[in-house]
Amino acid sequence: MFKDFFSALMEGKLIGVKCKDCEEITCPPKSTCNNCGSRNLERIELSGKGKVVSYTATYVAPLGYDGEVPYVVAIVELDEGAWIVGRLDVDAEKADKEDLIGKRVEVYGKEFPTEQFYPDKQRRVVPMFRIVE
Amino acid sequence: MERDVAVLGVGQTKFGSHPDKTLPELFAEAFFEAFDSSNIELRDIEAIYFGNFVGEITDGAANLGGFIADEIGLRGIPAYRFEGACASSSVAFRDAYLAVKHGIYDCVLVGGAEKLYSAGTPIGTRALATALDSAYEVNSGLTFPGVFALIARLYAKTYDIPLEKLREKIAHVSVKNHKYGAMNPKAQFYNKFGDLKVEDVLNSRMICSPLTLFDCCPMTDGASAVIIATADFAKDRIDEPIYVRGAGQSSAGSLFRQKWDVVKALPRKRSAEMAYREAGMTPKDIDVAFVHDCFTIAEVIATEAMGFFEYGKGADAVEEGLTWADGEIPVNPDGGLIGKGHPVGATGTAQIYSAVKLLRGELDFIKIDAETAITDTLGGDFGTLVNVILSVHRR
Repeated sequence: MFKDFFSALMEGKLIGVKCKDCEEITCPPKSTCNNCGSRNLERIELSGKGKVVSYTATYVAPLGYDGEVPYVVAIVELDEGAWIVGRLDVDAEKADKEDLIGKRVEVYGKEFPTEQFYPDKQRRVVPMFRIVE
Repeated sequence: MERDVAVLGVGQTKFGSHPDKTLPELFAEAFFEAFDSSNIELRDIEAIYFGNFVGEITDGAANLGGFIADEIGLRGIPAYRFEGACASSSVAFRDAYLAVKHGIYDCVLVGGAEKLYSAGTPIGTRALATALDSAYEVNSGLTFPGVFALIARLYAKTYDIPLEKLREKIAHVSVKNHKYGAMNPKAQFYNKFGDLKVEDVLNSRMICSPLTLFDCCPMTDGASAVIIATADFAKDRIDEPIYVRGAGQSSAGSLFRQKWDVVKALPRKRSAEMAYREAGMTPKDIDVAFVHDCFTIAEVIATEAMGFFEYGKGADAVEEGLTWADGEIPVNPDGGLIGKGHPVGATGTAQIYSAVKLLRGELDFIKIDAETAITDTLGGDFGTLVNVILSVHRR
């Protein structure tokens, strides 16, 4: 399931599931609705648009990610309500100097080398957030 | 039939660096201290509840229940390994407590061990990140300092506190906990950073903005052990049993699935309320708290969710001194995770070690007039929460 999410993301599509009982949109998809726990779900494509709710410029990385520092991890609230974690494609210095919370973003996928503990042994896809305003 | 449950002996190794010992060897040291102050026979111990988070990664060691039992001379009895990230030994403690309370066992050993310092920072940071969502959080390179950095910004926005102002306020948590940690002979930072200043915290190396090195707890090797039994068994053997009055536990998923709930640490609120309800107490009945200050901001939100302060007021409280040893509700007078160290799987029962010692007046470096204590251990980004209430009073 998680591999489908990242394959779709690499094709420019952000997928999730919509609950047929309570209308909640869960993204990335989960086996049950993130709001009510229902299994009565349908797969949908989201707009891929949202706003930054929080972020952090990371200077100390785990093994397997050390070559990528500094990078900016962010949480984005999608227009459909779900929150997702990814990286802001701004440099750390800018992220630390400015308040980027509330900025409108668009999501796209970027491929990185996988590492020994990551569940996908072929590749590691990161949702990237491009600031659009 | 439900029985009252009490703590007998407690033990803790010096926290810091133990590259010369295996996990079972390290645990044995904590166990011997606990056993030697329990006035029991080895054969009284009926089961072992052992907490460890990432023995596979740091030491290539799993299946630790059996190896622990064998190391300490208890081969043959049931020995369980519990994993709930940083709350591993607290989860172990609660299950052990329930087993004694409900008549499965009369006397059991609980504890934990971890060796993250010896693993080194890159492996340690990756190992800790296994407590995050493996597919959807770790892929971006999110780390634990990162999680609490994200939460710090959410906190600042929620309560409309300028970020720089919040950084100053929460820096007081580090100043406070390093002060007590420097006094604690078993702490990783014993005799170090006891006169840390707010400016030192703000100006130390940035780890994950806005959190600096001194906003973070260290990587630690260490072990802790606690022997618990029915209250009747305990009072026949030692002078000062400390009674387990309540224990709560709660769960949640990834940070991003919890949305704004993370600022209020709702899983912790549920867990604490479960413990208060069982104890028949409210936050006002608590004299001292040992909470999960893995990062400065983490202590602040913990003190709010546990009901000591209103939401949004926890950062003011530490700045005003309300959580210092002479304050309204002393928090982490043993140094907490920041000053004492955080050997993940051993942290929960190390909090219980400090709480029990303090309630017995046996913490030589600090005296607080306290009859009732609460512990609070957080695993992951609120995935696993445990609270335990301990008291000198049986009822």
